[in-house]
Amino acid sequence: MNTADNVVEMRSISKGFNGVSVLKDVSFDVRKGEVHALAGGNGAGKSTLMKILQGVYQADAGEIVIGGKPATINSIQDAKAAGIGMVFQEFSLVPSLTVAQNIFLAAEPLGMGGFIDDRASVRRAKEVFAEMEVDVDPQAEVSRLGTAYWQLTEIAKALSQNAQVLIMDEPTASLARHESEALFELIDRLKQRGISIIYISHRMDEVYRLADRITILRDGARLLTEPLTAVTPEQIVEGIVGKKIEGQLAYRERDHVAHEGAPLLEVRGLNAGPRVRDVSFSLRPGEILGLAGLMGSGRTELARALFGIDRRESGEILIRGEKVNLNSPQQAIDAGVALIPEDRRAQGLVLDHSVRDNLLLPLLGQITRGPFLDSMKGKDLSSSLIKKFAVKVAHPNRPVRLLSGGNQQKVVIAKWLGTDPDILILDEPTAGVDIGTKSEILDMIRELASAGKAVIVISSEYPELLAVSDRVLVLKDGSVIRDIPRSDIADEEYLQLAVQGV
Amino acid sequence: MSKANTIPARDTAAHRNFWTILKELDWRRYVIYIGFVVVFLFFAVLLRDQGFMSPQNLLNIFRQTATITVIAVGMTYVISCAEIDLSVGSVAGLSSVCTAMALSQWGLVPGILAGLAVGLVVGSINGALVSLLGIPSFLVTLGMLGIAVGVAQWITASAPQPILNDTFNMIFGSGDFGPVPGLVVWSAIFVAIGAVVLNRTKFGRQVLATGGNRNAAEFTGINTKRIKFQVLLISGMVASVAGMLYAGRLQSGRFQWGSGDELSAIAAVILGGTSLFGGFGSIMGTLFGALLIGLINNGLILAGLDSSQQQVVRGAIIILAVALARKK
Repeated sequence: MNTADNVVEMRSISKGFNGVSVLKDVSFDVRKGEVHALAGGNGAGKSTLMKILQGVYQADAGEIVIGGKPATINSIQDAKAAGIGMVFQEFSLVPSLTVAQNIFLAAEPLGMGGFIDDRASVRRAKEVFAEMEVDVDPQAEVSRLGTAYWQLTEIAKALSQNAQVLIMDEPTASLARHESEALFELIDRLKQRGISIIYISHRMDEVYRLADRITILRDGARLLTEPLTAVTPEQIVEGIVGKKIEGQLAYRERDHVAHEGAPLLEVRGLNAGPRVRDVSFSLRPGEILGLAGLMGSGRTELARALFGIDRRESGEILIRGEKVNLNSPQQAIDAGVALIPEDRRAQGLVLDHSVRDNLLLPLLGQITRGPFLDSMKGKDLSSSLIKKFAVKVAHPNRPVRLLSGGNQQKVVIAKWLGTDPDILILDEPTAGVDIGTKSEILDMIRELASAGKAVIVISSEYPELLAVSDRVLVLKDGSVIRDIPRSDIADEEYLQLAVQGV
Repeated sequence: MSKANTIPARDTAAHRNFWTILKELDWRRYVIYIGFVVVFLFFAVLLRDQGFMSPQNLLNIFRQTATITVIAVGMTYVISCAEIDLSVGSVAGLSSVCTAMALSQWGLVPGILAGLAVGLVVGSINGALVSLLGIPSFLVTLGMLGIAVGVAQWITASAPQPILNDTFNMIFGSGDFGPVPGLVVWSAIFVAIGAVVLNRTKFGRQVLATGGNRNAAEFTGINTKRIKFQVLLISGMVASVAGMLYAGRLQSGRFQWGSGDELSAIAAVILGGTSLFGGFGSIMGTLFGALLIGLINNGLILAGLDSSQQQVVRGAIIILAVALARKK
């Protein structure tokens, strides 16, 4: 192998925090114009490795070589100067500034008298977007744009600083399918221009679609670096989780759906806003109903209407055969409905509060003694939930912010299951969690249904939907276009066509 | 056309037409100008017989608003950086007495320097506590509000400090530049510099970025601690100049000068459309916010309301204006 082709080489990097070793002798290299996937479970050391490359942390041992020369990267500025750009998982733009102002933030073109020349930045932003072959208005205020544009802006920002290597951390986590496809095409074009990309993703299909090579980290050490042609998806998954989880994503017949008696939930002709139009369906105890549809098809809005967030205009909702008015989340909770929202950080958790406080938030009614909260009861209840859902947490008093994405999601699910709901709605329950935690969450969903609860799962990932659903409801433009039993769905392709409305 | 255009182009330039522009117009940013015109016309009609429209009265509004305008320019930086400075009013008071005392002891230049030193010291302490120790600016400057006014009262034994230096009084507030009152010139200078620096310099952009998303600013290589320090320093310095304007106009230094100005200045800034959560600031908006408050004060006096009634009406108008400016 000719090392001259390597734009970045990280050699024998080690790093520890407070005496705990996080990276052990990890080597990682990126060639010019390559997409190099970086994979590993939560806590495997991916983000630490990338933060060292970005100058956020400094390695305890090892060296970084950029363009064949040893480089010292002690700050974000050093990394930028060395041509390392980052597209953040949690977008790091200033929402109140325009696209062009964000791209050239802290590197504004100056005009006469040393004043900022905003016209020049708009012009140069246009040039960058033209090179990227995407259509973004540089003068639009970022807060008014969708997440896909935020990402394009971040990429443009990195490119405008002459980045040679782009680090992308779960770039498709908040994108719709067609937006992801547009991003993939953009990545292909960047590759052709000789820009290298370090691609961190849990999604196998994306890794195979894009990457030339893959490096898998486990427990802070490098497990392998191989061309993707030389590894199978099974090997990758096994490498990430450290054990075979064969068949976790396969559908398992469960025999718990109660076909007798009244449905647990029945929806008749429900209208709520433009994206829930004349929706009717029913759900039996023990059943898992998958909601499929494109972005904007009304899946999330249907969940919001069922949870009493969005106002019902007409139609009926029946729970156990009785009409109910779900005009507020409180009424929905009282009626036995729980919603686990899509954006767990914004809607599901108080990030700075402890794991215990988060778990107990919907359960405060259960732990009172007289008018006061009983902290002993609270401790017992939260400990039992943490144990039951296998949340990996150093101490229940630690802020939930410190947990990994997968464990945060477990806290959200555990929090709502503490209320013992009969009907559970999960919106994108595994977004951004690694494959090991994902299969745990899917198992959790199956168990809940087997215990007699009715579950609605919203997911953009078809394999996941097919793995758990007993029935799939396909939505389009706010209406139900298909209601398909799982047994009639042959494969992912079939479901995809159904979603496209073919 | 590239394939990447499959991203819905809803928000991009090519698809903008008149109605979407109108719909996307951020009313929050213009409501102050509309409100100003409406209130102005209202008083112009209602108070036409009380001399509201006389040039003398209109100049008076400017003159009475000048110190608030100056303080509010500094406050715009602080608020758009997602901080607050409650100490500005008492810094003005302290600066007025220090200036007056130094002036009578050592003369003109030491007097001015003493006033500026007050802003420098208080602003630096505020800035250091907020940026280095991470104490919320609300608490730091609330404490400083008490400290500054207490020191001012203490060193003067609550007595007014007369200023007999005519040059000082002429420059700071009592004099006129031709037909234009000096105070108006002072506020025009502060507004002009404030607007240019906020909109057209790297520093201004970094203030907005720090206020809009501190993490993003930090990752972009902006030293957000330094920016936070600087905005509080600016606010202190500007408030000390405002204190000298009080001293010059009223020809004395007194610990009460400026008391309560922090609230008027914050009201002016928020009325002017600067986001209380940081990230967006408008100096022009602040100017009109301050003028609107001055306009209301003046109109209510001419209308014959007594000061207790004025306070009620002024409070109600401010709440109404901010409610209208609220984002949908």
